[in-house]
Amino acid sequence: MLEIRNLTAEVDGKAILKGIDLTVQAGEVHAIMGPNGSGKSTLSSILAGRDGYTITGGTVTYQGQDLLALPAEERARSGVFLAFQYPVEIPGVSNIYLLKAAVNARRRHIGLPELDAMDFLSLVREKVKFMEMDESMLYRAVNEGFSGGEKKRNEILQMIMLEPSLALLDETDSGLDIDALKVVSKGVNSLRSPDRAMILVTHYQRLLDYITPDQVHVLSAGRIVKSGGPELAHELERQGYAWLGDGAPARGTAPGAAR
Amino acid sequence: MSQAQSTLDELISKDYEHGFETLLDMDVIPPGLSEDVVRVISAKKNEPEWLLEWRLAAYRHWLTMTPPEWASVHYPPINYADIIYYAAPKSQKDGPKSLDEVDPELLKTYDKLGIPLHERAILAGIAVDAVFDSVSVATTFKDKLAEVGIIFCSFSEAVHEHPDLVRQYLGSVVPVSDNYFTALNSAVFSDGSFCYIPPGVRCPMELSTYFRINAKNTGQFERTLIVADAGAQVSYLEGCTAPMRDENQLHAAVVELVAMEKATIKYSTVQNWYPGDKEGKGGIYNFVTKRGECRGDHAKISWTQVETGSAITWKYPSVVLKGDHSIGEFYSVALTNHRQQADTGTKMIHIGRHTRSTIVSKGISAGRGQQAYRGLVRVAKSAVGARNYTQCDSLLLGDQCQAHTFPYIEVKQPQATVEHEASTSRISEDQLFFCRSRGLSPEDAVSMIVNGFCKEVFKELPMEFAVEAQKLLGVSLEGSVG
Repeated sequence: MLEIRNLTAEVDGKAILKGIDLTVQAGEVHAIMGPNGSGKSTLSSILAGRDGYTITGGTVTYQGQDLLALPAEERARSGVFLAFQYPVEIPGVSNIYLLKAAVNARRRHIGLPELDAMDFLSLVREKVKFMEMDESMLYRAVNEGFSGGEKKRNEILQMIMLEPSLALLDETDSGLDIDALKVVSKGVNSLRSPDRAMILVTHYQRLLDYITPDQVHVLSAGRIVKSGGPELAHELERQGYAWLGDGAPARGTAPGAAR
Repeated sequence: MSQAQSTLDELISKDYEHGFETLLDMDVIPPGLSEDVVRVISAKKNEPEWLLEWRLAAYRHWLTMTPPEWASVHYPPINYADIIYYAAPKSQKDGPKSLDEVDPELLKTYDKLGIPLHERAILAGIAVDAVFDSVSVATTFKDKLAEVGIIFCSFSEAVHEHPDLVRQYLGSVVPVSDNYFTALNSAVFSDGSFCYIPPGVRCPMELSTYFRINAKNTGQFERTLIVADAGAQVSYLEGCTAPMRDENQLHAAVVELVAMEKATIKYSTVQNWYPGDKEGKGGIYNFVTKRGECRGDHAKISWTQVETGSAITWKYPSVVLKGDHSIGEFYSVALTNHRQQADTGTKMIHIGRHTRSTIVSKGISAGRGQQAYRGLVRVAKSAVGARNYTQCDSLLLGDQCQAHTFPYIEVKQPQATVEHEASTSRISEDQLFFCRSRGLSPEDAVSMIVNGFCKEVFKELPMEFAVEAQKLLGVSLEGSVG
């Protein structure tokens, strides 16, 4: 599904990623953990195609194609989805309008007919209900006046509507109370399937109590310094990132520590 | 330059679609302005003596005036001696009796613009008066409207067929001497639309005027006069385009609206005059005076405008709220791209008791566009219980454009309520990336964000126009993303 080889990248001349190697197979869920500033969010942004990063080396292959050569919108249409850490507000544009535009952009790309208004409406209603959201949010402007939890649920709603092949979740758990976390996790888990891969970027172990990853990687100072199974996350929870020694910043916060 | 900026830049630079020229045999008078020219125009239209005198008085007054300089727009002085004040397709000389007599080239022009004049082909429910350079070339659905007593015809025809109505209302809302351009227009106006809705009649279809400037070096000076008698209702649409030319062309129109007791007039404009090229060469100077008067109690006048064209826009559709409980509204989207300049806004003059006005202005600047919102809210001592709400938002695309807001508030009635809100924002890289990461192209993303910004205004437009306006906004922005 996804193969990252020796990826290096910088922002404003400052090296952020210093050689990332990562292979994610279809059906797998990977968690990438690490202290603040380790490059976790940069990695997900680069994979989704955000501007402002300079790729200085390495390759990223997604479903056999050179992912880095595609503009962001084409990555999205080919099934890459990024759930944002800080979803933006778009005043005057209703949620349902954005969802429909996004779903149909993806459908066109994969050669499916666009959904008509009725089919779309019944589909989106079902998903809204599943995410335990109020239907009225469909007609509110995108994220405008949404609480932190509502924004994150909205991200997951978009994800389950778009049914991506590769989902990147950037700190989706941050700012969530326990109820919202459960709903968000339910949404994510509902998408787990043998032909889909997910990468969860998170600072905390907490999310992994609800979504059990197949592999956990620890990113520190732009490198993956340790990989393992789900037990690695628990180890980190107990010992903090400092436990990893070299590569981790000395003042790195423990993943369990409150912000 | 950031990626978002370069996407914006690309999106802002799409070409003007309506820039073609129609080659026709034209009746054109030599350039220049004098009493003789005023007499020639009046003679060409077989006007009665009173109207010639009215024009001459306007011309003499105009000579004493100087062009306004207070607006935030910059242009070299206009040489009024270089302008042609009358140009009409020759085939129109005696006025066509029916559409069959209209020059096929003209019909083709309107077809090309998406304004079919054949009634059978026309969009259901819209009657069109097509004004080509100085004259009205066709008015559709006239007979059908006449059945319910509605008069909808060219201004010239109204002067002959309904002289009493014209004489009663002409210049009664916008006096000849109101400003430099109204005096000029009053002296040389050549045609326009006239509409009268009798008491209690609700106009069964949308009425519209489609203005087309075609001839070179010609000024277009038309007048529109709409009278809604007691309890009448009408929705009126106005559209405009012009060929692409390197010279600037002057469009100085006057629109007067009269709403009697309990009458409602809704006037919508989608203005897409040629805006000039990317370097600011050519384009229309759109110096227009539009004003409505709510003469009776509970009257309502609503202006909605989408201004995307013209090199320079100078325009303040206003409402004088004389009747008690009368309502004035102004909804505006103005877009300036490349080197376009716009100084636009409204005036709400509260005289009657419990009068209400709403102003929603959305300004979008891209490229090196310059834009000013200029709005006056005046509440006279007599306007007990008057209320105004003003909301004025600017959206900047890129870092070389400008937006300014000049609110003027004059309140002499201590119990009036006047609210003013203003904001300035940008399309952020985060918004663009968010939309792209959901599969939208940068162009669609910007267009969606801009349309969202304009939503409150677009929802006031009649359906067909709302779709047109959304498309137009996307086109006008093309090249502003990158």
